[in-house]
Parts: sequence; C-alpha cells; structure tokens
Amino acid sequence: MAYLSIKNVRIAGISAGVPKNAVDNLANEDYPDIKYSAEEFIQTTGVRELRYSDRLTTSDLCYEAAEKLIADLGWAKEEIDALLFVSQTPDYILPATACILQYRLGLSEECYAEDVSLGCSGWVYGLSNAASLLSSGSIRKALLLTGDAKGVVPDKSPLFGHAGTVTALEYSEGAEGFRFHFGTDGRGYDSLIVPDGGCRNGISQNSFAQQEIDGMKYTRIQGYMKGMDIFAFGITTAPKSVRLLGEHFGFDYLDYDWFVFHQANKMLNNVIAKKLKLAPEKVPSSIQSFGNTSSASIPLTIVTQLKGAADRKNKFICCGFGVGLSWGTVAFETEHLVISDLVEVEDKEISPWV
Amino acid sequence: MKTLDEFVVLFAEQFFRTEPATIKADTVFHDLEQWSSLTALSVIAMVDDEFGVTISGNDLHNAVTVEDVYKCIITKL
Repeated sequence: MAYLSIKNVRIAGISAGVPKNAVDNLANEDYPDIKYSAEEFIQTTGVRELRYSDRLTTSDLCYEAAEKLIADLGWAKEEIDALLFVSQTPDYILPATACILQYRLGLSEECYAEDVSLGCSGWVYGLSNAASLLSSGSIRKALLLTGDAKGVVPDKSPLFGHAGTVTALEYSEGAEGFRFHFGTDGRGYDSLIVPDGGCRNGISQNSFAQQEIDGMKYTRIQGYMKGMDIFAFGITTAPKSVRLLGEHFGFDYLDYDWFVFHQANKMLNNVIAKKLKLAPEKVPSSIQSFGNTSSASIPLTIVTQLKGAADRKNKFICCGFGVGLSWGTVAFETEHLVISDLVEVEDKEISPWV
Repeated sequence: MKTLDEFVVLFAEQFFRTEPATIKADTVFHDLEQWSSLTALSVIAMVDDEFGVTISGNDLHNAVTVEDVYKCIITKL
C-alpha cells in the first residue's frame, strides 16, 4: 500500500522556465500530418502552442527558474541543503545533473543532490522525496527541479513542450504537510519509450531509421508512444488514485479548491474531471499554451494559471500519471505561496559545458 | 445498456469529417480514410463514458468491424 503522510514541511514557492521560442501548431511546418489536420489535432489534444528549443536543456531551464525563485523568496543560497532533479532528459548519461546544478547555482558543498528518472508522475514523486528529507528538521530548505526539454536528438513533436520548474520546500514545525498515493505498472514500460541510447541498446545506425506507429513516424532515439494505451491508462488510473487517496485518509476530495492534473491531452483531462465530478473552474489547464511538459506540467500549470490565488489559503490535489507506467497523487495546503513570474529563456548556446 | 445500433451511432459521432450514415455495424473501420489515432482516443473516451469500461489500443487493433468493438465491450461488462 503506497500511501504516505509527511508532516512539518511546506511549499514556500514555485517557478517555471520555458524557452522563449513558441511554436504555433497551426503554423507548424514540421507537423506530422498523416491522417488528420492541425485543427483536428488541436481540438483533441488541446495543444495550440508549445515552447521549443533545440539548444536549451532541461537543466538550463531549471537553472534560470531556480535563480528567479531563490531571489523572489529571498533565500540565501547557503541555506539550501538539498537539490533534487527529476527528469528523463538529463545533461549527460553521467554524472547526475543535480551535481552540475549544485555547482552552477552556487549552492554549498554541504548539499544533498540526486537525480530521479521519472516523467509525468515525477513532480509528485519528487515532492515525496524532498518532503521526506525535510521532515526531520535536519535539512531545512530544499529545491525540487522537474521537467523535460530537448532529447538526445531534436524532436519537434506537436504534443510535447519543453519546460523546467522549481519547487522550493522548507521545514515548518506543525505544518500539515503532504498526503500521497503512489502506484507503478511496469508491464506498460514500452507504452512510452526511447528504446536506443541507454545501456540496453546503445546507439547504432538502426537507431535513426524511421518507423510508423499509430500513424506517427519515429526513430528509435526519439520517444515513441502507444497513445491509445496511455490514454486508456490515464482515464482509469488517475481518477482511481484520487478516490483512493481520499478514502485512505478519510477526506472528501470534492472539498479541495484546485485539482491540478498532469497535462497529457485535453480530452483525457476532460474525461478525468468528468469522472471525478469536478467543477471545470477548479481544474486549471496549461496544455493550450505549453503542450505536455512531462514532470513540469503540474507546477507549470500552477505558475501560469493560479498566480492570482497564491496568497490565500489553498487546498490542492495534484495527480501525475504516465510513462513507466507510473502514477502519484498528492493532497496539500498552501498559504502565502510565492509564485514567480514565468521565466522565458532566450534560445542560446550555453557554455562552457563539456 | 446500449444496443449495437445505438453503439454504431455513437461510434460514428467520434469522426471529424465522415458522414455518420456511412458507418454501419459491419464497417471495416480501420480502412476508413478518417480513422486515426485521434479518432481512437475519442472512441476509448466514449466507451468509458457510455459503458463504464476501458478498451485498450490492442482491443481496437484486434477489432475488424464496428460490431467487433461492441462485442469486445460486452465481454468486459
């Protein structure tokens, strides 16, 4: 039973960084128009625009968002004792990108830093890791960096946008903290997969040959997706996880103010909201402007859609689900949450990295 | 419980540009020009809403006619 309750920790602030370069799917020349039009794609997925860069990595976006949030919070960098980087687009196969970010952000060497390899469920998992580290009060402040951006080769998907987010957490005696439910079904490991470039398959000539799956063309070095299976998984698993969380901890989920779901696909999210009988105004969406941004989608939605509500007390339920297959749902409250303005990062070569 | 005829109407409504009347129980839907992965997502969502069961990508791949999809749903009820 993967339920967790972690107290004495609060979210102090959230920020998000995206490439400045916006792609309009109606004008996207790389659009994989095979059996449907751009209008039909937008009607189903909800993705009118997304942000894309073939130079900025996830860590570049997270770095800019972290500098902004640290400044907005007024935190001293030497107070930050932990940094977690959740992504499936790390800078290198090794070392861990979290180590590079500790250095780049100028954090203390007395810093706990690690990478976590998860996608759509990654923010919720990362939150549980960071909260666990903080709950004893020994580590007082932590940064959770989540997101995905350019892959090993440029991949102009009309669905997946680039983003890197930062969630600042701190020890807070007496805080209600977080209540979680988690699940995993590795049978579906190949529902969304980059088959080549890891240690199982490496990279070969064959990695760049195109094949067609569900009407879309992919190489083995790009992510490819069994969209129907992910969709069927999402519409059953996400509502079930929200219900289970409420039942386990004895609360009515309908009493919550905001339901922030991983932004997978507009139609999928509409089905989830309908099954849980949620009022549409309590279910914010950012997919229309940013696409599916993997582990960034929940914090990016909070940053871009809920900034006006940050100061007052808010009760959130957030659910991430997808690649793995992996899912997690969390319930928490915020008050005086610092939400930074969206950071738009210029598309430029980042040096002096190896 | 929806009948096969009612299901065929619902199935046809998931297409963007195809005239609903052209889709019958014995239509080989994979051959329709307008059948796409997007239509498939709409069908999965409709089946979940109308029947309370989830059909997978494989279920749709294995079905040849619209009636096959209906039969697949019935086995899951």
